[in-house]
Amino acid sequence: MIRDKFDAIVVGAGPSGNAAAYTMAKQGLKVLQLERGEYPGSKNVQGAILYADALEKIIPDFREDAPLERHVIEQRLWTMDDTSYVGMHYRSDDFNEEKPNRYTIIRAQFDRWFSGKVREAGAVLLCETTVTELLRDPQGRVIGVRTDRDGGTAFADVVILGEGVNGLVGQRSGLRPELKPDTVALAVKEMHFLPREVIESRFNLAGNEGVVIEAMGTITDGMTGTGFIYTNQESISIGIGCIVSDFAESGRTPYGLLEAFKRHPSVRPLLEGSECKEYAAHLIPEGGYNAMPELFGDGWIVVGDAGQFVNAVHREGSNLAMTTGRVAGETVVWLKRRREMATKANLAEYQRRLEETFVMKDLRKYRRIPDFLHRNKHIFGVYPKLLTAAAQTWFRVDGVDKRAKEKQIFQSFRSGRTLPGLIGDALKLARSWR
Amino acid sequence: MMNTTEVGTGAPGAPLVKVEERLFQNRYLVDAGRPHIKIKPHTEPSKALMALTHLCPAGCYSQNDKGQVEAVVDGCVECGTCRVLTAKTGEVEWNYPRGGFGVLFKFG
Repeated sequence: MIRDKFDAIVVGAGPSGNAAAYTMAKQGLKVLQLERGEYPGSKNVQGAILYADALEKIIPDFREDAPLERHVIEQRLWTMDDTSYVGMHYRSDDFNEEKPNRYTIIRAQFDRWFSGKVREAGAVLLCETTVTELLRDPQGRVIGVRTDRDGGTAFADVVILGEGVNGLVGQRSGLRPELKPDTVALAVKEMHFLPREVIESRFNLAGNEGVVIEAMGTITDGMTGTGFIYTNQESISIGIGCIVSDFAESGRTPYGLLEAFKRHPSVRPLLEGSECKEYAAHLIPEGGYNAMPELFGDGWIVVGDAGQFVNAVHREGSNLAMTTGRVAGETVVWLKRRREMATKANLAEYQRRLEETFVMKDLRKYRRIPDFLHRNKHIFGVYPKLLTAAAQTWFRVDGVDKRAKEKQIFQSFRSGRTLPGLIGDALKLARSWR
Repeated sequence: MMNTTEVGTGAPGAPLVKVEERLFQNRYLVDAGRPHIKIKPHTEPSKALMALTHLCPAGCYSQNDKGQVEAVVDGCVECGTCRVLTAKTGEVEWNYPRGGFGVLFKFG
């Protein structure tokens, strides 16, 4: 039993929980944060890319001491078949700016740093403490939590749930429905170590410049999913993820899929001679706006992955997590200043504020996309094959005249997907995108 | 530690991949005698439970001689996939390990 009553309890010390706890503690609120891992980050997994803007709004001078790996100067999007890829690469020296826009990070290190800032701001952090349930008053209002630390309880005016995608507390308390196998992805990832100069020469980088690669195509064997390769200072993060229900039906193993991705002729040379030092897996909420649960209630707010705050199209999540954490924290501070209770009606301010940010605007814009991608698996199988075959036809010089090559490419698309199919896909995509 | 040795990728002609070799890189603090995941007794596993024998990224699930699915969760990476997939049938009792126990990611 923790005797003190807190202004707020934050469950979880990932990006969303840390953002919330920091924001409130910095404004003088009494904050208790509970984390089940040995240290913040020890249970957390991400690719990982840090989007500076979301963190700048919380800790403007984070670049001074945050453990950042490389700033991203080049984005590669690969559409792959078994032997090749068609790539769209964007590289710019403009990203070599005083305050770079995106960085690769290593989450276990980054989360630890962020948590240090939270404690400096005055929050109390208890690690190795799993929250087991929410405590409610007779009216059903959430008033605290029970933990597995000798059955200890702690009380607060409001509980902020930043417990992640597989958040059992909120789900078992009936605050949100169970995750569905078709709106959540399973991703596996390995950390491959190489000397930094090897990484820099393989990826055409100088100093702390970094490259990130997002890949789709036959690497997911017809399932809805993507792969990624991110450059860190002395390591490469490589991973692949697919929708859980697709995995269940396919009979494929996640590590087998990752192994095949690593052995792809376009990927293998990038990893040659590396030493793998960790293997991790994590779920990613992919349901977007339509899968979003209730975000607040009497005495509670949900932030980050627990609230399905992931933009699946742009592979953004940690920035949505930090932004929802910050806005939740600001809302609680605002109520405290007005001496108002954390009732459901008052906490509606959280959602009102979120609506003004990119978080809700983007998720609403793409609300039809998750369903579109899951129902149109040929996007991940048929099109990459057609595209890469077309590229080969186009670039191979073999005595066939160019008009015949054009015809061959058009024919391949018509027979691969049929004309109505092609038009239908274009229309469906356009409708889902707007 | 693990109850699976070599596991295929499921793809025709694909190489065998040892999942334990990957897990050996990881750090764990095993809560001995207190597995955080338990499978409810059954005679015939459901389709979802069977799927876990290939879907679990840590290879924790395997089928025994009697056709039942068993789990050895020492190498669990706590992703929750098995919980989500069997939520409907309720065959898997899933809790987080006690605070401080389980997988410890050095990098994440």
